[in-house]
Amino acid sequence: MDFEEAEAKALLRQAGIPVPPGELCRDAEAAAAAVGRLGRCAVKAQVPSGKRGKAGGIRLVNDPQEARAAAKAILGMEIAGHRVERVLVEKCADIAQELYVAVVNDVATRAPMVLFSRSGGMDIEEIPDSIVRIPVDIDKGFQTNPELDEDIGGFVKRLYDLYVQTDAELLEVNPLVRLKGGGLLALDCKLTLDDAALFRQPELAGKGAREKLTELERRGRELGLKYIELPGNVGVLANGAGLTMTTMDVIEHCGGAPANFLEIGGDAYTKAEGALGLVLANPRVKSVIVNFCGAFARTDVMAGGVVEAWRKLEPSLPVFFSVHGTGEEEAVALIKQRLGMEPFDRMEDAVRAAVEAAK
Amino acid sequence: MIVRKGDRVVVQGMTGRQGSFWTEKMLGYGTRIVGGVNPKRAGEMHGGVPVFASVRDAAQKLGGVDVSVMFIPPAAALAAAEDAIGAGVKLLVVLTEHIPSRDVMRMHALAGAAGCRIVGPNTAGLVTPGEAFVGIMPAFNPRIFRPGNVGVISRSGSLGTLICLNLLDAGRGQSAFIGIGGDPMLGTTVADALKGLEADKKTQAVVLVGEIGGSMEEDAAATIKAMRKPVVSFIAGRASPPGKKMGHAGAIVMGNRGSYASKRSALESVGVRVVDTPAAVSDALRL
Repeated sequence: MDFEEAEAKALLRQAGIPVPPGELCRDAEAAAAAVGRLGRCAVKAQVPSGKRGKAGGIRLVNDPQEARAAAKAILGMEIAGHRVERVLVEKCADIAQELYVAVVNDVATRAPMVLFSRSGGMDIEEIPDSIVRIPVDIDKGFQTNPELDEDIGGFVKRLYDLYVQTDAELLEVNPLVRLKGGGLLALDCKLTLDDAALFRQPELAGKGAREKLTELERRGRELGLKYIELPGNVGVLANGAGLTMTTMDVIEHCGGAPANFLEIGGDAYTKAEGALGLVLANPRVKSVIVNFCGAFARTDVMAGGVVEAWRKLEPSLPVFFSVHGTGEEEAVALIKQRLGMEPFDRMEDAVRAAVEAAK
Repeated sequence: MIVRKGDRVVVQGMTGRQGSFWTEKMLGYGTRIVGGVNPKRAGEMHGGVPVFASVRDAAQKLGGVDVSVMFIPPAAALAAAEDAIGAGVKLLVVLTEHIPSRDVMRMHALAGAAGCRIVGPNTAGLVTPGEAFVGIMPAFNPRIFRPGNVGVISRSGSLGTLICLNLLDAGRGQSAFIGIGGDPMLGTTVADALKGLEADKKTQAVVLVGEIGGSMEEDAAATIKAMRKPVVSFIAGRASPPGKKMGHAGAIVMGNRGSYASKRSALESVGVRVVDTPAAVSDALRL
């Protein structure tokens, strides 16, 4: 779960990490008034995206009049698919040096990692080799490090503790600035929480940015299903992330295009009925491939759900089945008996038939 | 990471619905299940297996255990792993999906210090056809698993199952199935599993079922270069859009990192035959 800058900075402030004085504004008048109080400011679009500067979502203003114009231009903008509804009006700092610091979950070491650089302003996805990487022992926490100046070490310590407290998977201050008059300031900040930990961060879970979802994706979320809408016309219902991705790959391999990603793996394998409704709710769908390979998920239970939903909804689309693994015999019998259909023995053949039918 | 017939296995969360179902399947297959764990039912028998208060308790009373498999919900997973690692298991199979990352990192740190191998989290488990299985794989389905000489490594249980089915259709049984898991931070990586199969006497060839996201396939290239056994690979996620988590927490392409193209070229550069569909795997093995 991503956080907007203003929400992340509120957490930094609470943790004793210095951030610029600022006000969160919903309209141009509020922005003008804020600049009247704060003086020279940056007016910053609040969206959970790193592309705000390039999109024109950040402007420097000298007086309330400029602030009004800037806020008017930025509010309502669309940045990376997010509509700007609020701007953060923040007092400009006297910057002596821009730095970069982040704490991330590092996959290679399976441990927290502090990243530090003496040049700020870069993108986390394009980290240069010159960056200082400091692995952290998760049981001991962050210890001071000779690579870091004393004041930065202290700053990183507070940042690391906040990362642990919030169950963050990324907490980045970029740039971290050293002020002309001395002292450090977190000028911009990015926070991503670990989705798997939201259950024990109930307060934070309510403060995160809303995810950009289509109507069908929102419905999927409500049903507890992992549904991603795609531009093609072959509806996909499969179990397990790997098999579902593979079904999409084979659709493309056969010259078709998938209409969605939708897996009913894990405990969701009992939700086949709702899942089929979701696949069929997309008006672009011209045919459906049902691809089950049961390991944990029992194919007889999944097929039962699909068969019931199919009989209830009576769609006029062609559907093609490939069913293997746990509960296979019962599942195949059920599909034959209740729908009068013969599942394909090979998954590739079922997919090819679905692709042909969608043309 | 290859489970053997003689390995003494404990099932954590054995008395739950899934724990009971799969314990029965594992026992039926020949896995040597010596105990289950449920602190509330310690001292009872469940499905013919004694229940203990903890893995430590089981290990003490039984004179040691080798493997533990966890049927434990995410919020309780770290404590369960601490118990198993503290009890001295050599192999801990973590089936649980959606464990908070901080708990996963703690688990890995504990296991590393104790010399315990974690498989997973979010794995479907391990199968050694004809010997034993641990986890939630249809090992008992003779259309999918039979003894043979192909070692299979897969991040996904469902896709791994399909690949094993295809192999058998082509007359190739398996020496071992290693489900490494769909999480981003895994105890056993692709490279670790490859080393295990290279060292396994029964394995003559390896099928690597990869997936977009992370850099485990890329990182395994050096290992493959040093292997004598041939490696064939299918990588799932070619048609997946970037920037989205495709079901597995680890299956996400960020910028260029974790992309299909990057994985395919890294594997091909060390002589791996990367095929376009699961059905093409067995043909590629023949060449």
